[in-house]
Amino acid sequence: MIRRHSPLRGLLLWIGLAVFALFSIVPFAWMVISSFITKAQLLTDPFQFPPQITFDNYVRLFTSANDGIGSSNFLHSVLNSLVICTITTLISLVVGSIGGYAFARLRFPAKNALLLFLLAIQFLPAVTIIIPMYLMGRWAHLLNTWWILIFAYTSFALPFALWILRGYFESIPRSLENAARIDGCSRFGAFVKVVLPLAAPGLAATAIFTFLNTWDEFFFALIFTSDYSAKTIPVALSEFTSRHSIDFGLLMAGGVVANILPVLIALSMQRYIVRGLTAGGVKG
Amino acid sequence: MARAAPPEPARRSIGSPSARELPEGQLAYLFIAPTLLIVGAVFVWPVLYSLWLSFNRYNLSASPKATFAWFHNYQLIFTDSFYRSDVLQTTGRTLEFTVISVVTELVLGLAFALLLNEEFRGRTVLRSVLIIPYAMLTISNGLVWDYILDPTYGTLNVILQRWGFIQDYQNWLGTPNGAMGWIIAADVWKTTPFMTIILLASLQTFPANVYKAAEVDGAGVLKRFWTITLPLLRPAILVALVLRTLGAFRVYDIVYVLTSGGPAGATNVLSYYIYQQAFVDFHIGYASAVAYLTTVAMVIVILVYLWLLRSDSQA
Repeated sequence: MIRRHSPLRGLLLWIGLAVFALFSIVPFAWMVISSFITKAQLLTDPFQFPPQITFDNYVRLFTSANDGIGSSNFLHSVLNSLVICTITTLISLVVGSIGGYAFARLRFPAKNALLLFLLAIQFLPAVTIIIPMYLMGRWAHLLNTWWILIFAYTSFALPFALWILRGYFESIPRSLENAARIDGCSRFGAFVKVVLPLAAPGLAATAIFTFLNTWDEFFFALIFTSDYSAKTIPVALSEFTSRHSIDFGLLMAGGVVANILPVLIALSMQRYIVRGLTAGGVKG
Repeated sequence: MARAAPPEPARRSIGSPSARELPEGQLAYLFIAPTLLIVGAVFVWPVLYSLWLSFNRYNLSASPKATFAWFHNYQLIFTDSFYRSDVLQTTGRTLEFTVISVVTELVLGLAFALLLNEEFRGRTVLRSVLIIPYAMLTISNGLVWDYILDPTYGTLNVILQRWGFIQDYQNWLGTPNGAMGWIIAADVWKTTPFMTIILLASLQTFPANVYKAAEVDGAGVLKRFWTITLPLLRPAILVALVLRTLGAFRVYDIVYVLTSGGPAGATNVLSYYIYQQAFVDFHIGYASAVAYLTTVAMVIVILVYLWLLRSDSQA
């Protein structure tokens, strides 16, 4: 059906959309653009035309070691982030799916209280546990290791994963599972063979969320790491400002590298993100 | 299966699987045991330890030993005029940040959601654009704004001067209101897409015929918005508000990168204050007490919110 709209409505719509597009894209676009511009131009006239295009910022990001950052250090923080976020995501997904299944399907004492508790944990600030965890890490010599960050991230990632997965499991009809159980599957067998495959989109959404949330985490990483053996990308980036205070090209190149993975994941999986946000949020 | 054939009685139980299994309650606890163990170790235990710390005089820079001091730290917070005003001011600033940024995000997010719900060419592409600020790292968002707002080389100064809006370069983060305003702006930029996504998803579930009926009745755009859209969006708005309020109240990263709590403490929010007390001045006991009170206050807020959401969905 073709609806006719007044020209005024069209104009307003396009102005609104232009504002929206500018709002959403400009800071990010400027980060990408300025990362390809020479330091000299950024410090004199960032909008000079034609721009002095260069890959120097990226080359320096991964090669120069004239001060604390650079070369292996930044690369190492990328590796740290990858390892820490992947392990946290795996733990949360495996443990959270088994737990989430119990909350979705089984009856047991104190179920609602426990569920409420797991929900509340996700909303508490880092300051709730950051001081004791720092002291525990210091005592156990776990500061500056991947493990202390994996522990810290699991504290919020696992309850989150469990909560979202519970919602997905509840949306799967019980009849399929019951059929498998009549065929002789145990509870756990039915869960692994029937429920998990059906919940694959939910698992994917949960994995994406957990990964993006932990990739973004800054506060714990800042406090628990003081050298590059476990520093994550956000912490490495935050140090660029103090050490390269006027080297904005390098700073922006670091930002681009740090954001490639999350932006690509989010863009290619946006269907899951939209569903995950609404399932996790609205169902709660 | 390669295993030996099971004896007769076991085979008979196939029709009723529960016969071979633990009672439901025990099985459930077996399933949630890993979660409880991990949450106990990485959350419950630290929280209990933190409670103990808050009852100690513990200054890591002076001595590695904690000494039990009963309610000393809480006494400081509630009765010592110096500490009390610190806590009150940082809490007030956190609330100011939370309220202004969440309200702005809601208004913008609602406007964008309504826009993106209209039919136009390129809608899919523009909807994808939403995801970019959402996915961007909070820290690199802060760093981009740090660059844009730089007093000497910042892009904002260059543009505004070229267009004749300002004579001289401004130090945008140099005034208390400016610093707070820009922190809010940076946060709004990053989190408005979250609002938009939730509200847009809700808008898409609306039945088309309610609008048509209203149109036939001659209801104007504004009337339709107030009488149909807003009431139908209510549950989604409530959820988005709850999640964003709790998120905004935790603000730390953007403050750390953009202002370090300055100028003159104008952006020193609660999380940043606790960070400074604990990890710059090493007042572990006192910082733990402030953190504990913050946590208790937030638990109360969370419970109130959950109760609100529940009574709303039952209404």
